[in-house]
Amino acid sequence: MNGKLRSTISNVLLPLAALVLLVFIWFAACEWGSVPKFMLPSPQAVWQAFVKDWELMLSHARVTLTETFIGLFFGILTGFFMAVVMDRFRIVQKLLYPLIIVSQTIPTVAIAPLLVLWMGYKMLPKIVLIILIVFFPISISLLEGFGSVDRDTVNLMRSMGANRLQIFRYVKMPSALGHFFSSLKISVSYAVVGAVLAEWLGGTEGLGCYMTRVRKAYAYDKMFAVIILISVISLLLIWLTGFIQKRCMPWEKINKTRS
Amino acid sequence: MAVLEVQGVTFSYDNTTPVIENVNLTLQKGELVCLLGVSGGGKTTLFNIISGLHTPQQGRVLLNGEDVTGKTGRISYMLQKDMLLPFRTVVDNVALPLILKGMPKRRAREKASALFEQFGIEGTQKQYPAALSGGMRQRAALLRTYMFSGEAALLDEPFSALDTITKSEMHRWYLDVMDTIKLSTIFITHDIDEAILLSDRIYLLGGKPGTITDEIVIKEPKPRQRAFNLTEAFLQYKREIISKIHTS
Repeated sequence: MNGKLRSTISNVLLPLAALVLLVFIWFAACEWGSVPKFMLPSPQAVWQAFVKDWELMLSHARVTLTETFIGLFFGILTGFFMAVVMDRFRIVQKLLYPLIIVSQTIPTVAIAPLLVLWMGYKMLPKIVLIILIVFFPISISLLEGFGSVDRDTVNLMRSMGANRLQIFRYVKMPSALGHFFSSLKISVSYAVVGAVLAEWLGGTEGLGCYMTRVRKAYAYDKMFAVIILISVISLLLIWLTGFIQKRCMPWEKINKTRS
Repeated sequence: MAVLEVQGVTFSYDNTTPVIENVNLTLQKGELVCLLGVSGGGKTTLFNIISGLHTPQQGRVLLNGEDVTGKTGRISYMLQKDMLLPFRTVVDNVALPLILKGMPKRRAREKASALFEQFGIEGTQKQYPAALSGGMRQRAALLRTYMFSGEAALLDEPFSALDTITKSEMHRWYLDVMDTIKLSTIFITHDIDEAILLSDRIYLLGGKPGTITDEIVIKEPKPRQRAFNLTEAFLQYKREIISKIHTS
């Protein structure tokens, strides 16, 4: 009980204290410091912007989230498909792996405007950008997960007469789940940022659009508010991923406490 | 008729230098036969051939007279480590061979679960392997092996990873279980005591390339008394085996 209490303090209260301190310093700098209001809005001003623009932000967030989820879905699907094919056929892996790596060295900021140019101002370029961002970590981590399977385990399965599909289903896929979820946690936050970035570069709806508008209006209180909203959305998605992971991998709990 | 017969098996990984050469052995129904030899002598290779994972360049493997050379999925095989899948509960691990054969999940579970008590792991069905001790895991692994096929089983050093006390406990348990399920088994060990204690016959595998150099029948009746390994008869077998290993 004592240990549990202590871990609650160190895991929840300490980070919370740091956050409160940070907000306080921010508040102090605006209130008593020499920072001009138009450069750094005070916490109260940001809060008021939140309250005032809440409904508008929410409707933009709905668009951004829709793009994020559709992009994530197809990104995961693409990454999964690529990983399976590369795992099954060595030659495809040799062929595609370098290309995939190269594709990731192209800056997102450079692709986004091109996508907008090719696909217009609607949702499609945003979704495609998210797919491009997401499929990479997913496919690489899954491929690694499939490869991490013990050779002897595969041999045992084969000796039991298991075919390729059965080995994949009963051994490879569950073994790769841990890898998959760690990369998914990264991917969800990248996906949100990717959506915002694409909206920023062209579009009529979404948090990125909202952001460009308030920036052009020099409404930095709203700017701060939307930045915080985006962070919160990312955090919630990461948390949700962790939650789903725990549900999908109940054995992790016991393995962690025992080792 | 022998349950399992290995006839003139020769195998090499690179087609030039054989790892094992002209290996012949038989396994009678309900028999416990041990394959004893130094590490790296080709024992595991031989098991990989019998289980069908490797196809030998020469020779045949017969199961109840049927040629199963190079065919997997016929003879159960238990490897050195327990190889329980960490993400499946114990009962799902044990039932896996049945599921692979196409049995519906629920029936496979029921069938597997029914044998837990006999194997001394009752109550662990819904746990994950990580929660079990080494000995319990090994029991579960043996039950999985048995679920796969009751005809013939290959055990590759099943108890070598356990500590001495657990090991001798497992030996007793193993003899008890084998006495009731009558599974025809070949098992690998490099522990002479273990070989004498458990088996009806011992094959010595030696030389390079490896081949069967000798066969020793352990006449001590079963079930064997607890202190068999402290008797003069036991020591006699041990002396015989040691001298045979050194002359070959």
